[in-house]
Amino acid sequence: MTIAPKPAFVLSHRHLLGIEGLSLAEISGLLDLAEEFVELNRQVEKKRTSLRGRTQINLFFESSTRTQSSFELAGKRLGADVMNMSVGQSAMRKGETLIDTAITLNAMHPDILVVRHHASGAVELLASKLDCSVINAGDGAHEHPTQALLDALTIRRNKGRIEGLLVAICGDILHSRVARSNIILLNAMGARVRVVAPSTLLPPGIERFGVEVARDMREGLNGADIVMMLRLQRERMNGSYVPSVSEYFHYWGLDEKKLAYAKPDALVMHPGPMNRGVEIDSIVADGAQSLIREQVEMGVAVRMAVLEALSRNLPNA
Amino acid sequence: MMLSDRRPILLANARIVDPSRDFDIVGDLLIADGVIREAKKGIGAAGVPEGTDVIDCRGKLIAPGLIDMRAFIGEPGAGHRETFASASQAAAAGGVTTIVCQPDTSPVIDDPATVDFVLRRARDTAIVHVHPMAALTKGLEGKEMTEIGLLKAAGAVAFTDGEKSVTNAQVMRRALTYARDFDALIVHHTEDPDLIGDGVMNEGEFAARLGLLGIPKAAETVVLERDIRLTALSDGRYHAASVSCAESLEVLRRAKDAGLNVTASASINHVTLNENDIGPYRTFLKVSPPLRAEDDRKALVAALGAGLIDIVMSDHNPQDVETKRLPFAESAPGAIGLETMLAAGLRLVHSGEIDLATLLRAMSTRPAELLGLPGGTLKSGAPADVIVVDLDVPWVVDPIELKSKCKNTPFDEARMTGRVVRTIVAGRTVYEVV
Repeated sequence: MTIAPKPAFVLSHRHLLGIEGLSLAEISGLLDLAEEFVELNRQVEKKRTSLRGRTQINLFFESSTRTQSSFELAGKRLGADVMNMSVGQSAMRKGETLIDTAITLNAMHPDILVVRHHASGAVELLASKLDCSVINAGDGAHEHPTQALLDALTIRRNKGRIEGLLVAICGDILHSRVARSNIILLNAMGARVRVVAPSTLLPPGIERFGVEVARDMREGLNGADIVMMLRLQRERMNGSYVPSVSEYFHYWGLDEKKLAYAKPDALVMHPGPMNRGVEIDSIVADGAQSLIREQVEMGVAVRMAVLEALSRNLPNA
Repeated sequence: MMLSDRRPILLANARIVDPSRDFDIVGDLLIADGVIREAKKGIGAAGVPEGTDVIDCRGKLIAPGLIDMRAFIGEPGAGHRETFASASQAAAAGGVTTIVCQPDTSPVIDDPATVDFVLRRARDTAIVHVHPMAALTKGLEGKEMTEIGLLKAAGAVAFTDGEKSVTNAQVMRRALTYARDFDALIVHHTEDPDLIGDGVMNEGEFAARLGLLGIPKAAETVVLERDIRLTALSDGRYHAASVSCAESLEVLRRAKDAGLNVTASASINHVTLNENDIGPYRTFLKVSPPLRAEDDRKALVAALGAGLIDIVMSDHNPQDVETKRLPFAESAPGAIGLETMLAAGLRLVHSGEIDLATLLRAMSTRPAELLGLPGGTLKSGAPADVIVVDLDVPWVVDPIELKSKCKNTPFDEARMTGRVVRTIVAGRTVYEVV
């Protein structure tokens, strides 16, 4: 079976640095393209050739399992030569600056660079120094655009729409790039977004993001169609932002009782990796309402769509 | 020890003052089933249920039982200084029907299990109500906030690091921010430990003459000012645990004018004594924060009258001879106060510095409101925590007769006018002068 993506769809950007700046048509176009790759990925023959001859470097300054492997698989299925660089094996550990790294990489003539960095804005800085296309695979607490796209695809496939849905994003909003990208995307698509967290995990000014703000789960999940849980980093649970794991789980962890505050057909999402028993109970994570495994599947398709769309803008293409 | 069972009680012919409303009459107050039935003129012996104890209180005052916002009890860990039993005996004799105990115990009251222990232990051994404050930071170390949600659910009425200040502003900000989600009250001792340094009393001429190192008022105002700014940032509920000087009142005035949820206590020591009372190195007058000048005391009393100081508390802190019979600088700070708080406060009433309702409000209604406790009022249906006071009886404080295990009273041999003659907790008489 051959899959023929709509050749008409073109992104107006050389890079994908964030959801911010994408038009509604571009978001929808990427999701439509990704739908086609979902079908492809379920075939025995998954290989395409649109990135043949292209070099894709995955540059991860922060360790990641699912995002990195998902980008690697996406690039390989589209025919690119994919190289993974993680900070543990590279010159950055030896004191090289980010700009020097960019110059070095540039000399290797990659076509697409997928970057994750712990500092907000670092990916944008790299992009400004490089000739290739850059995809933000997560920068600090700023953006994680492919995560938001895969979340949107997962919601759209399960609910048939995004517009008009009430999406509750719960947990460490303060440090979450996933939350920021999702808020922008879901608002653009016409969803109602509510963030739910203790005040210590909400960035001041969040109410001006066009979201509703709730501090407890009963109020926060009331009427929700989608409950999106966020990971709480271990170093933030022991008295700095919240007092303890047990208190956090008691008040903000998603268990069956709290999920019952949402609509009966509410669906549960988590960008992974999960802290079972911290922000989410295993019964819910593995339950009938959970989309968590499907999110991973959508991740590969969405990243293929992004790679494909950006490759159409590459020079000499 | 229960002096009577829960038969209905009619307190007859008394002056009844309810500081929770504008209520000051001569009449009767009926108690049954542990609650106040009503307080009005002319209930009389005819209007009461069968078996009611009718007690003639002619010439006496009836007021809500006092709620002491800040008392250190030795349990767990320092039962030789004070137990719930001994503290509650002292409280009952002083008209205090609710003790709010502090978390600086051993172990520290910083987890729900310890709150539970305190509540059970007090229930089994104390003759007045006891509610614990829990620690604001784990181990009182000022680094990591405690489980404010679970502790409050377990029964902690507020959060404090006792006599320690949280020096890390980020920790304080986050704690205030987090506590807000649970509508939890943060009570903070406002004294910068670095500015205290080796100081042991109010900085100034008197300390210089005694050859003692002083504690500047700025040690208090610097922390208070910081806390007010953090409260504005976090929108939390903040209570200054014990203010001592006029400069702090300016800070509080600005905070209250700005509409912040800020309240404050002063100890009975700070509204009735000043640094000169230390005299020849009397260690029982070494308290934290230190006693200040007479002008400061007057300003605190005026602020109490104006509602700027919300609460007067005992700051009860039992210290034994091993910690007090030492050179002034080496002795531990702290004074007992449960049993003498009301009598000392009445000095201000008798001298005309404040009115009776203001004093009673600061010792009952306001603490109840701030801590979310049901007492502090004589309204129908309120818990029958009631005191009967003879406002005019003269007496001399004899430490031997005080019920506290420790005798470190700053009112040693002091002449008082006015004394509790009956204390009723939940409808039972737990103390009476026979």
